[in-house]
Amino acid sequence: MPKLIIDNNEIEVEEGLTVLQACEIAGAEIPRFCFHERLSIAGNCRMCLVEMERAPKPIASCAMPVADGMVIKTNSEKIIKAREGVMEFLLINHPLDCPICDQGGECDLQDQAMGYGSDRSRYIEGKRAVKDKDLGPLVATVMTRCIHCTRCIRFATEIAGVPELGATGRGEHMEVGTYVEEALTSELSGNLIDLCPVGALTSKPYSFNARPWELTKTESIDVMDALGSNIRVDTRGNEVLRVVPRNHDDINQEWISDKTRFACDGLRRQRLDQPFVRRRGKLEPSNWEDAIKLCANKIKNTDPLKIASIAGDQVDCETMFSTKLLLKKIGCTNVDCLQDGAKLDQKVRSSYIFNTKIAGIDEADAILIVGSNPRLESPVLNARIRSRFLKGGLQIGLIGGAIDLTYPYQHLGDEPQLLEQFIAGKNKFSKVLKKAKNPMIILGSGAINREDGAQILHNARKIAETTGMIADNWNGFNVLQSAASRVGGLDIGFVPEKLFNLEDMELIYLIGADEIDFNKTKNAFVVYQGHHGDNGAHHADVILPGAAYTEKSATFVNLEGRPQRTQKAVFPLGQAKEDWRIIRALSGAIDKPLPFDDLSDLRKLLSDTVPSFGSMNEIITNAWGDFGLEGPMTNRRISNISVNFFMSDPICRASITMAECAKAQSDRLAREAV
Amino acid sequence: MLNDQDRIFTNIYGFNDALLHGAKKRGDWEGTKRILTKGRDWIVDTIKGSGLRGRGGAGFSTGMKWSFMPKVSDGRPHYLVVNADEGEPGTCKDREIMRHEPHKLIEGCLLAAFAMGAHVAYIYVRGEFFREIEVLQNAIDEAYAEGLIGKNSCGSDYQFDCYIHKGMGAYICGEETALIESLEGKKGQPRLKPPFPANAGLYGCPTTVNNVESIAVAPTILKRGSEWFSSFGRANNTGTKLFNVSGHVNQPCTVEEEMSIPLKDLIEKHAGGVKGGWDNLLAVIPGGASVPCLPKSLCDTVLMDFDSLKENQSGLGTAAVMVMDKSTDIVAAIARLSAFYKHESCGQCTPCREGTGWLSRMMIRMVAGNASVKEIDLLDQVTRQIEGHTICALGDAAAWPVQGLIRHFRSELEERIAQAKSKAA
Repeated sequence: MPKLIIDNNEIEVEEGLTVLQACEIAGAEIPRFCFHERLSIAGNCRMCLVEMERAPKPIASCAMPVADGMVIKTNSEKIIKAREGVMEFLLINHPLDCPICDQGGECDLQDQAMGYGSDRSRYIEGKRAVKDKDLGPLVATVMTRCIHCTRCIRFATEIAGVPELGATGRGEHMEVGTYVEEALTSELSGNLIDLCPVGALTSKPYSFNARPWELTKTESIDVMDALGSNIRVDTRGNEVLRVVPRNHDDINQEWISDKTRFACDGLRRQRLDQPFVRRRGKLEPSNWEDAIKLCANKIKNTDPLKIASIAGDQVDCETMFSTKLLLKKIGCTNVDCLQDGAKLDQKVRSSYIFNTKIAGIDEADAILIVGSNPRLESPVLNARIRSRFLKGGLQIGLIGGAIDLTYPYQHLGDEPQLLEQFIAGKNKFSKVLKKAKNPMIILGSGAINREDGAQILHNARKIAETTGMIADNWNGFNVLQSAASRVGGLDIGFVPEKLFNLEDMELIYLIGADEIDFNKTKNAFVVYQGHHGDNGAHHADVILPGAAYTEKSATFVNLEGRPQRTQKAVFPLGQAKEDWRIIRALSGAIDKPLPFDDLSDLRKLLSDTVPSFGSMNEIITNAWGDFGLEGPMTNRRISNISVNFFMSDPICRASITMAECAKAQSDRLAREAV
Repeated sequence: MLNDQDRIFTNIYGFNDALLHGAKKRGDWEGTKRILTKGRDWIVDTIKGSGLRGRGGAGFSTGMKWSFMPKVSDGRPHYLVVNADEGEPGTCKDREIMRHEPHKLIEGCLLAAFAMGAHVAYIYVRGEFFREIEVLQNAIDEAYAEGLIGKNSCGSDYQFDCYIHKGMGAYICGEETALIESLEGKKGQPRLKPPFPANAGLYGCPTTVNNVESIAVAPTILKRGSEWFSSFGRANNTGTKLFNVSGHVNQPCTVEEEMSIPLKDLIEKHAGGVKGGWDNLLAVIPGGASVPCLPKSLCDTVLMDFDSLKENQSGLGTAAVMVMDKSTDIVAAIARLSAFYKHESCGQCTPCREGTGWLSRMMIRMVAGNASVKEIDLLDQVTRQIEGHTICALGDAAAWPVQGLIRHFRSELEERIAQAKSKAA
């Protein structure tokens, strides 16, 4: 390990670090604009200059690898002057519009100008003005503020994999933009806003809404997909104004998808804020007492075998657990959290989670993707695969429709019979898997949400077993879940003990389930508990308003099987209540009270019943087992189910921003088709 | 004065056939195979021993540069890239080599490539040199047809291919790493160093970038010996060199001369003297636009080599001597250079992108005297804020001419400001 002297202190650091990182470790603060740990090094802002002994000129510390015996000075007279010089250059063409700039208060340029700049300008020439670019409905641009750090360009090219941003022009006329005026085609474009150190790229939906110091910041978990991205919910009063990412190296690093970030305006629209009861075919406002009483009566007077409960994609574990307990008390086991009909096997945990773990992708050297479009089902996870690909030595095969994943892959075809070829070792790609040290298979909803899903699951298990994916320290079998509630629901066992037919049910209790076939609920009394007036509410006879993920402390298990908790950032809207409380109240009303009165008792019971909930944020080890059904598969081609990324759940469907994104996307597709 | 028999470029004026027939008469491609059989170490050592310093401007030892290439390939190919993107204002030496002595360059490419284990050379030629590219391409075709280069170059069993790439008119692409980027098809912007091209250059492979002149003189050095070459010029500044003299002289010219020739001799003997006589001299920019100018007082004694010019706070650069007599508006001349650098800055790093524009705008005001005396110091400070803080040397190149102006002609600036003030009053 190289030893170097930084400001007269000797320190020893890891090989491969840059001088800037070494200085940080030594406790010396180095200002920077272009340097970002997760992006390639550009070295163009020149703010991080330090003095190195025996070097004639100051060096850019972000770009200089550490070497043994280096002597670095970070605060000499010369360096202070150099920084002040660079700072002055950055500011001469930067508009002094901080009072009307959305970045104000969280602006790197502002902060560092305070720390390292001069208190007055010596520049009396005319300033540069740059035409704004149209980057679509998410990212607002004020390009005159751009300091050309190229973080956005590097992010788009390297992480997002859409090389659509670049610099045109030379010298002072260099401009960052898309070559053609068009919205970015990335599902990760919102991260540009976080990366931009100035106010050149800001959030369009959030523009001029608030100042950062007015916001209350709550650390929470995202539920827009099953990744469980760590987020921070920024609120003012009882309103969620924006969602930004939190760093978690093993999950989302510091990226979040556009849906995670921008769907939050959907939390203000189409909300269920009071109970409703259907009278004479029309939903009418009601109150809790009447609504609960009505539901309780219905439950009491219905044959328990004719009662069913379906949980949607964003339901928390506490709610599913209490519902299951409640129905069990009355002798009903018709519960289901697989509203899309996925043929998952609840009995073996390793059959429905992402065993390799998200961070495990970094170690993989061969990936077989079956019936999945990870780019849409989990954009951040897809970016992780891409970054692994960029490191080299990763081969990817895809069974399903040919799609743009932002990295190259071998398209193997879309017949399910290909899986049998793999088991027999006859596919050209099976050699790659066998040779690989850490091979992976990723099953998407396109492979499992079909009538022969269980057979496909079985064959996928066989592939995993025959190509060396299951080893002592490696489990390469992965299911890419796309619903936040899915793994938790399966952990709890929110699946029917005996298969039931929805059409035969007389009372259907929907918890945030909006994506089922509502033709099947026509003959039943439908109770909808949830937070949005979406499909489910339209078909309901009673509506019990619940809380959205920002309004409650609730547990979600991500696709790796990692339980994480959201925090209450705002209060539930109007008369809405936290979901577990509604179930608890209902249990009281039917005289079968559940054995808990507060959240901690409920959680205690949950972790006693399902041990994986005992340790938050940790993934327990899961034994390998026998799962899936042996048998012939159909001839139906495996598709990568093409969900409309921006319209996948009730919150998104209520979001204006998401609607604009969907429109921009369809406009582009229409243009491209011409 | 250099004797005719010691000239390397005997057809620099194009009086004779530039192509193979004529070139062979002048000794090109003679004994090339013999040199190759002596091995790459011998070649590198001979070039090192000759004291040849890179002719592109920075003056780094050419032999040393070649020796940085890995001795054994790790599987990656090695590349030789010849920098023929001659864009330095006032410089026109590589152009003459390409159009009148193309075979010296191609032979040099073969020998240099062999010395660094490269099987491919790319010659990155400034796109405006349309006719020169034609001549060079003809010469390459001839060399292929004669078996001088190709699968079995000169019968030595060494495969060597040579390609021309045309530049698109950006000054910055003459910077070696920007040239590599441009050659790869990207925007011409200098790369950060380290890694140096010898480790990771073109397509991430070991690469050496040399100026046309450095490569073109190599065959003659190898044939006539390092002692012969190092017998010219002062220690550490050896050899012969092409000088371009332009501006207010009676006979602007390109001439091959011994290094360390006094500037005055160069101008008087080869360029017919300064217009109106030596005493009519105002200043000289001795090495292309990027180096500070020298006032007449220094021109009297300065020698045209790296060290002497450096002692006088200027530089040899590309040895393009621009002579200005007393009719010159020196402020306007330097302001024009500042405008040039503003136009050619690539825009990648902050001090150069923002600083060159600031300099240029201030210089334009200085020409008319529309400034305050305090601003002369500001101007100087801005140049020092740019200098040494940029990724490549373009920032320095933009700063130095202005520094030279302030160093030697501050009184001129002050006078103008005073005049403009009194006029306004």
